[in-house]
Amino acid sequence: MSTIPIFADESWRLPSRGRVAMFSLIIGESAIFTIFVVAYIYYIGRSVTGPTPQILDVPWFNTVCLLSSSIAIVFAERAIEHGRIRAFAAWWALTMLLGIVFLAGTAIEWKRLIYTNGLTIRTNLFGTTFYSLVGLHATHVVVGLLMLSLVMIFTLLGRVEQRHTQRIQVLSLYWHFVDAVWVVVFTVVYMMGK
Amino acid sequence: MQRRHSLLLTRAQVFSLALAGMGAMPSGAQGALTTPSILAPASTPAHEIYALSQFVLVITGAIFLVVGGLLAFVIIRFHARKTDAEHEPAQIYGSTQVELAWTVIPVLIVVVLFLTTARVIFAIQDAPKPQSALDVIVVGHQFWWEFRYPKLGIVTANELHVPVSTSTMPRPTFLQLLSADVDHSFWVPQLGGKTDLIPNHPNAMWIDPQSTGLYLGQCAQFCGVEHAKMLLRVYADTPDQFAAWVKAEQRPAMQPDAHNADAVAGRHVFETQACANCHTISGTAAKGTFGPDLTHLMSRATIAAGAAANTSDNLRAWIQDPNTVKPGALMPAMQLSDQETDEVVAYLTTLH
Amino acid sequence: MADQTYPIPGTLDTTPSRGAALLEWVHSWVVTVDHKKLGILYIAYALVFLLVAGVEAMAIRIQLAIPHNHFLSAELYNEFFTMHGTTMVFLVGMTLIFGFGNYFVPLMIGARDMAFPRLNAFSFWMSAFGGLLLYFSFIGGFGLYGMGSAPDVSWWAYAPLTAKAFSPGHNTDYWALALIVMGFGTLGAAINTLATAFSMRCRGMTLLRMPLFVWLMVVASADTLIVITPLTAAQVMLIIDRYLGGHFFDTQAGGSATVWMHFFWIFGHPEVYVLILPAFGIASEVIPVFSRKAIFGYPAMVAASVGIAFVSLSVWAHHMFTIGMTSVSNAFFALSTMMVGIPTGIKIFNWVATMWGGKIRFATPMLFCTAFLFQFLCAGLTGIMLAVAPWDWQLHNSYFVIAHFHYTLTGSFVFCFFAAIYYWYPKITGRMLSETLGKWHFWLFFIGFHMTFDTMHFVGFLGMPRSSYTYEPDRGWTTLNMIISAGGLIQAVAVLILVWNIIDSFLHGPLAGNDPWDAWTLEWSTPSPPPPYNFETEPVVRSRRPLWDIKHPNDPDWKYER
Repeated sequence: MSTIPIFADESWRLPSRGRVAMFSLIIGESAIFTIFVVAYIYYIGRSVTGPTPQILDVPWFNTVCLLSSSIAIVFAERAIEHGRIRAFAAWWALTMLLGIVFLAGTAIEWKRLIYTNGLTIRTNLFGTTFYSLVGLHATHVVVGLLMLSLVMIFTLLGRVEQRHTQRIQVLSLYWHFVDAVWVVVFTVVYMMGK
Repeated sequence: MQRRHSLLLTRAQVFSLALAGMGAMPSGAQGALTTPSILAPASTPAHEIYALSQFVLVITGAIFLVVGGLLAFVIIRFHARKTDAEHEPAQIYGSTQVELAWTVIPVLIVVVLFLTTARVIFAIQDAPKPQSALDVIVVGHQFWWEFRYPKLGIVTANELHVPVSTSTMPRPTFLQLLSADVDHSFWVPQLGGKTDLIPNHPNAMWIDPQSTGLYLGQCAQFCGVEHAKMLLRVYADTPDQFAAWVKAEQRPAMQPDAHNADAVAGRHVFETQACANCHTISGTAAKGTFGPDLTHLMSRATIAAGAAANTSDNLRAWIQDPNTVKPGALMPAMQLSDQETDEVVAYLTTLH
Repeated sequence: MADQTYPIPGTLDTTPSRGAALLEWVHSWVVTVDHKKLGILYIAYALVFLLVAGVEAMAIRIQLAIPHNHFLSAELYNEFFTMHGTTMVFLVGMTLIFGFGNYFVPLMIGARDMAFPRLNAFSFWMSAFGGLLLYFSFIGGFGLYGMGSAPDVSWWAYAPLTAKAFSPGHNTDYWALALIVMGFGTLGAAINTLATAFSMRCRGMTLLRMPLFVWLMVVASADTLIVITPLTAAQVMLIIDRYLGGHFFDTQAGGSATVWMHFFWIFGHPEVYVLILPAFGIASEVIPVFSRKAIFGYPAMVAASVGIAFVSLSVWAHHMFTIGMTSVSNAFFALSTMMVGIPTGIKIFNWVATMWGGKIRFATPMLFCTAFLFQFLCAGLTGIMLAVAPWDWQLHNSYFVIAHFHYTLTGSFVFCFFAAIYYWYPKITGRMLSETLGKWHFWLFFIGFHMTFDTMHFVGFLGMPRSSYTYEPDRGWTTLNMIISAGGLIQAVAVLILVWNIIDSFLHGPLAGNDPWDAWTLEWSTPSPPPPYNFETEPVVRSRRPLWDIKHPNDPDWKYER
């Protein structure tokens, strides 16, 4: 029933669905993190026993790694935009490497907290809120790395081309979000909380 | 027998409903009713809320009449008729003036409602505590109430006694609300609004019943399997009655009469069996705090937080297996022999 | 033009063998990524659970018809009222809005599918399996012996009742895990709806030309993003407490019971708006068509919807006036809650103004929408009463509150979605629902609804608390409870009439044609049911009522719209 009259309309442009969806996801994720951050802040100093946030060491190296991965992924985006696939692969690999270093740093930190300081998720409120919040963020890094590695595999198989720029940009939005959340987590846990 | 009674509307109910229908109610205490109606206030906070609610009812009622009337008019006036012309009605897309009008008017109504509301919030919640006030600590348990009178050294359960408070002799009762386990809510509608009892989160409220009698209420926050049978009785006593009650409660438990062999044996059973782990009877070896204080058990009209009348038969059934009276109650079946049970009941009925 | 190659669900092609064809048919529904089929799956799923929740409600009402009744045990009653609430909100409410959203958002904006068809299927199946997980609790845990381990901690599940100490077994785990799973499904559906509405519109369908149903789905989806996720976060914390020994809500270790309340109601209150906004959208489609007039004040309607969504984010603590907040907080939340009345007032006035001067046809969809207007007015006014914090100290957790939110969720939400079923059934199946049965359904449901929920206000005034499996005979609540239960029974009969109508009309109903209601939005320009690709050629629109423009070429809307 194509009887709808056709009017010569001016140019008709719509936002990319990937971008809209990723922004929506980020809004939803932000709400999750907000709840965990609020819980963390609310429970600061309310533990009845056990270690306090004084035992934390500020993870400067980790932070620098994760934040610079955001810069690396910007270079990767630029590279694919101009069709330089090899450069893209290199920057992408660097991004992943920095993410992995961050995760390893978290693992080392947790090992120390658990074995040296005796802080587990069930020790006290600090343990519960600390591992949940930092762990929630680390989970997002893991998910991000899984998606990055999918792209990496496709790149190595030679399937990623310049026309995929937009999808890569949508994915890197997520990575930027994960990094931005770290700034919040870092401030709350290692600056405010100590 | 009770059921036949309940199928008829009680007088209080007819009264409340009729008045609710008219949207107006004469002020002044009606005294205690078996229907815990919020429309029959008998204490200052309840009165203040009731007056506010009448004001709000008038405003919302007026809105209802205007908008509902408009809707009814539109339905009647503009429904399609066979005699209508064929063509579509005139299309109107909107009108800024009209829309502005029906935005501004609700804003004004909200301002008025808010100011009235805020006044009552502060009046009730931040009321100063007079010197003459009685302090009671209320502790919510699954599924019963513990009442402690710290200055009087009294601990009792499920039935709160407070003095009546008159304009010449104001004697409000200030309740501190605590919880031993999960969330509960203290609600005696004729005396005031409800306030929750939350673990780690002490709350406060106050009541000042202005006429004597028994005010009924119950737990108003779902607290587990027997939430429905966590009933609450508040007795507003005359100053003399209250003084007498305080005096009686302050005494340690009665010693069973030596002639009453069953009761003497019952006391022994009580002190040596698991009973003593959870219940206190002052002046005996029973010093448990998990269950209600039984020192003056027979001064109470009900057992099991109002689930049953306080009679020997009910006590026996309760001790044999609380789950037959109140399924889900935390007291275990005591596994006593029939004789032991009889003895314990005989002992308990001496605890006046 | 009427393309009938699209299979009508239920009509089997029996040529090879009946079994193989059936398998083929089931397979086609399981693997489908078509937004219309998924929409039908959502709606069918919701209707099945509407019946389940209805059975639970009936059991509750039988139990409460007389005092000291033993029809249900205390345990089973607690499971039933918890499951009734959880089912109605998550399995009926959320699935109905995303069901109709799925089917009609693409059709109304001239798109051929949702933005992400596979995400769409994923979202549906997540929600579906979440629901099955929730109901598996009846046979899981201790098994059918006894009463199963269905959640029994009420649908707001206040801590610390949900802690291991007070809720041993797996009742609470089923509740939390099922809601997390459904939460992911809902999140996917919301993201998909937003991406569809923003990125899939046909030529000329500017944001301010989108049908109001689409607008309200957009607003509801945006609200969903912000409020379902806090619920998921809180459930994760609860699971951490229960399985890993965490202390978020462990009051013995310094945890806080009130933090759970805040987290839950930050979700719980806006959730009501998530449900009711699409219902507003349905009313905004049905009322104009059956009044034969354009919606009055379209921009104000959009603004009011967005306004409601924003204000709804700041009112959650009106569920918590009795927890001992400071007087200033109580005053703040009283004010913010009353302010919701302003945009909702605007909407009611606009609907009435739309009917004003029209030629109103009271077909079944319009009957339901008219009743909705009346009931929503009452719900708004009782909402104002509950916003008056001191009065709420009395009314909170009484049957007055139950009456209020059933006025919004049944009297408004369910009525609007019944209207939607009568309105869009012809489009979905190609056949009309019976008007006679529809009128029976409407009047019985209307009468039963008012018997039940009007009476509940009064029993609340008389001090009857909610979530109690029985009550004392001397309280003066008995007669009223009997009336409430009788009303419930009448509503149940009405719903059975609807079920019969849906089945019977599917087989024998008169053919609908493309546009049985003489309506104006794009979905009516397609055949009924629409072909898989929806539109043969991508439509182009120039106003909010593209079909009006076609039907009145001399007097099109775009000349007048602001």
